[in-house]
Amino acid sequence: MSEPLSAEAAQDAPSGTSDVVLRVNGAERRLAALDPRTTLLDALREHLHLTGTKKGCDHGQCGACTVIVNGRRINSCLTLAVMHESDSITTIEGLGTPENLHPMQAAFVKYDGFQCGYCTPGQICSAVAVLDEIKTGIPSHVSRDLMAAPEFTEIELRERMSGNICRCAAYSNIMEAVAEVAGRKV
Amino acid sequence: MKSFTYERVRSPAEAVAAATRVEGAKFIAGGTNLLDLMKLEIEAPSHLIDVNGLAFDKIEETQEGGLRVGALVRNTDLAADVRVRRDYSLLSRALVAGASGQLRNKATTAGNLLQRTRCPYFYDTDQPCNKRRPGSGCAAIGGFSRNHAIMGTSDACIATHPSDMAVAMRALDATVETVRTDGSARSIPLGEFYRLPGETPNVETALAPGELITAVTLPKPFGGTHIYRKVRDRASYAFALISVGAVVRRDGTGRVALGGVAHKPWRVEAAEAEMPRGARAVAAKLLAGAKTTDENAFKLPLIERTLDAVLTDARGR
Repeated sequence: MSEPLSAEAAQDAPSGTSDVVLRVNGAERRLAALDPRTTLLDALREHLHLTGTKKGCDHGQCGACTVIVNGRRINSCLTLAVMHESDSITTIEGLGTPENLHPMQAAFVKYDGFQCGYCTPGQICSAVAVLDEIKTGIPSHVSRDLMAAPEFTEIELRERMSGNICRCAAYSNIMEAVAEVAGRKV
Repeated sequence: MKSFTYERVRSPAEAVAAATRVEGAKFIAGGTNLLDLMKLEIEAPSHLIDVNGLAFDKIEETQEGGLRVGALVRNTDLAADVRVRRDYSLLSRALVAGASGQLRNKATTAGNLLQRTRCPYFYDTDQPCNKRRPGSGCAAIGGFSRNHAIMGTSDACIATHPSDMAVAMRALDATVETVRTDGSARSIPLGEFYRLPGETPNVETALAPGELITAVTLPKPFGGTHIYRKVRDRASYAFALISVGAVVRRDGTGRVALGGVAHKPWRVEAAEAEMPRGARAVAAKLLAGAKTTDENAFKLPLIERTLDAVLTDARGR
């Protein structure tokens, strides 16, 4: 391969490390010389020091690492930071602040939707995205009629939150919090 | 995780060229299964070829009246597509029965087909496994085998294929479209895509090294009532013990495929002729030659009863 590479192609050519730009909570963040093994989770926590996102199992089983990427919730432990060039990432730090809580955060406080709190950032990011998924008509395992708009029922919320495990088993309080924001009483 | 180099590709030609150029290279799309296995060093690619930039993220209607699902269409988007919900609801149902919302948002159509078994001995690198280390033996045979295969097993492997989606795709007669390293395209019916373990359980599909899945094509709608019934240890977010995917027409004829019983979605066309005669007749043909262990023998009556529930449900609709 003696043909000279364009600057853009050079950046995409196989190499030991990569520079990556992520849009995290509305701000452009540049990660220089990143080891490609770095997961999005480790990039957020170890490189950008956004430690709100938690590492639980690190294998996509617990949901503690849930963040919202381009509007969709994903497990940040099961994706590489280099695969998210220019993506918009919302973490718990981007949803609200202690002075100005996101409605979902406020509801978790109101209903005591946690005990130790370790799974909470993932639960909240997941819950925010779940309400959006129902609103946009994405079906779930418990949707009775695939052709009808899914509803904000307790059974729908429970099914859709099943990828977030709470070791303290605060599930019933989490449900109350999510249901309140969904505009439902459980 | 072992170190690797990484590149993004912009065309299928670039993708297969990269796979040919670098020994030990792998394609990565959603990555939810591959990265999990890389962390455990069960997979250790030398080079990752990121195919997310390819234009395989659309669901298009085919001239034959079916659907062509791009390899990169995410599980969530496939399940939510109105044409899939209306004409191939078995597929929507199977997809939403699998994994979690977070995983379905990332996992792709091709990646779902290619996911590896969840056999605990495949995952435990201290144990022998012919799939992970060919020739090392099978710790599942004689081990804890409650959720292992009962059909098409061999003395080398009793692992199951974990996909729900593939069960629906099999019942719907889907075809896998690929591009090979020489640039030629080919179509592989899903019935010929997966291999039984035999002596080489490490070779799981008909894909050649470096061959890239570009799409999965569904033939024109088959009609009928579509039911996917998954039996598992939890109500949500668990792999199947067994699953039944069925399409039943008004006259009682139709199609049926099983998950959780074999190294591939299990379908026996001869068994489908028995559908109007009921679950027992279908199960007898579908499960002929079953080889069970003390721990997974429960799957035989469980399948027959689930089939009965599905066929009864279909009659009632």
